[in-house]
Amino acid sequence: MGSVGHVTPLAMRFEQPLALRSGAQLADYTLVYETYGKLDADGGNAVLVCHALNASHHVAGTYAGQPKSEGWWDNLVGPGKPLDTDRFFVIGVNNLGSCFGSTGPTHTNPATGHAWGADFPVVTVEDWVDAQARLIDALGIRRLAAVLGGSLGGMQALDWALRYPDRLRCCIAVATAPNLSAQNIAFNEVARRAIVTDPDFHGGHFYRHGTLPRRGLRVARMIGHITYLSDDAMEAKFGRLLQGAELGYTTQDIEFQIEGYLRHQGDKFSEYFDANTYLLITRALDYFDPAREHGGDLTRAFAAARARFQLISFTTDWRFSPARSREIVKALLDNRLDVSYAEIEAPHGHDAFLLDDARYHAVLRACFDNLAGTAP
Amino acid sequence: MSDRKDMELIAELVPPASRVLDLGCGNGELLAHLRDARQCTGYGIEIADANVLACVQRGVNVIQLNLEEGLAMFGDHSFDVVLQLDTMQHLRHTERMLRETARVGRVGIVSFPNFAHWPNRLHVLAGRMPVTKVLPYQWYDTPNIRVGTYADFEVLARKDGLRILNAFGIERGEIVRRWPNLRASVAVFKFDRG
Repeated sequence: MGSVGHVTPLAMRFEQPLALRSGAQLADYTLVYETYGKLDADGGNAVLVCHALNASHHVAGTYAGQPKSEGWWDNLVGPGKPLDTDRFFVIGVNNLGSCFGSTGPTHTNPATGHAWGADFPVVTVEDWVDAQARLIDALGIRRLAAVLGGSLGGMQALDWALRYPDRLRCCIAVATAPNLSAQNIAFNEVARRAIVTDPDFHGGHFYRHGTLPRRGLRVARMIGHITYLSDDAMEAKFGRLLQGAELGYTTQDIEFQIEGYLRHQGDKFSEYFDANTYLLITRALDYFDPAREHGGDLTRAFAAARARFQLISFTTDWRFSPARSREIVKALLDNRLDVSYAEIEAPHGHDAFLLDDARYHAVLRACFDNLAGTAP
Repeated sequence: MSDRKDMELIAELVPPASRVLDLGCGNGELLAHLRDARQCTGYGIEIADANVLACVQRGVNVIQLNLEEGLAMFGDHSFDVVLQLDTMQHLRHTERMLRETARVGRVGIVSFPNFAHWPNRLHVLAGRMPVTKVLPYQWYDTPNIRVGTYADFEVLARKDGLRILNAFGIERGEIVRRWPNLRASVAVFKFDRG
């Protein structure tokens, strides 16, 4: 099993306005994406990979001269890997509102000549999927072999099956949910308040002030990170291990290693992630709720779907628990759709979807093997 | 089902083009056979990781669930046929599962090892629990936590108001209709709610 090697991001500009769910529209925009593997003559071997909160179009491979720049799902995507780039043409695309290249709040608002900042329109999963569909059109792909995503990426995969039912053969949604629970929204809100109340946030126009709301971003990342790990994984990794040799009896310095770990994660994150993007993406998570326009009936929401589905959850994921995936399975069963569901016993919590777990990857490999072996 | 011939005998009880739910579907062999030979559609329920993977590899729809948690996910009459083959004896809530089978399916089909098969009776007469091809485990490590007989099932079905549509034993790949409680190692019942 190898790497796709050095990759180069591509950019595509779209001049046709994109009508957003909120009623606003983006007059024009750019999507940054990467592709791996070779598109078949009939375009039937394309797989779209959707990213979650803090990831990007850089799914696999490395950038030349940056040996540690592996894509975020490099353990899954590559020659001989479960999503085998010798057989599939894989597309990673950065979503609108992100801070990794596609049009987002750090870019210039053509109406003002300044950075969009907090004025960047609110984007939803549906808006992202519409934008992705235009990219797929432009790449000459009529029908995708699969749309794959985990967490918020899984929501995009589900939404593809609802918005473009005839344009994908298989929807693979991992560690995801049909909507956020009150607890999920609550965690997002704590993160957003940390950012918005940082004095360096300046109402989202901190770029003009030459500052970054680092403190808010740090706290946002710390709370997010706690929810990605299971209690057991955190206990196994840190337990009550001390940072120093003895207790220091201090209220503000780091005493326990878990504190040091979270602060380190927060510090790293606050240097590369945009605060407005964090607000936009957590909101997109909050808003996702395909059942809403069907009176809260998820079964009715999935009546439009035609794809076959593979759902996967992880037993220790308390952020998007197996029970949430089972709700989706039930809606698919009610609609007599083809669905398989694997509940993987993994200790790592929500993060498990990004890790190289043998049972998990074996299911994905089998799923892609079937797709490669059947006619489009 | 372990035995291919047994599997085919039971598959013949499933009307062509049925929508099937297979509880404890194992590696998906029967569902694949029903799909390929009888144009059936449907899903398997399985708890074991290796079996779930085998089903995905076969392209058989499989839902990883613990049957002991019930079939709340499935609506009344939502399947033409619900199969419970070589599964019932592993379940703690046997009767509840039988009722659930009858609720979810228009027709239920169960198979299980017949404890009253004559070699088993000889074992018990000799003072020991049976260890045979169909019941290959020692009493202390058997996954068969419910051992019943062909005749016992008839009593349970009557108690739960199930109507038996077809019933037979299977012994060495052959259907046994005469004295199945004595002569067959496997019991098979097809029923509905009457």
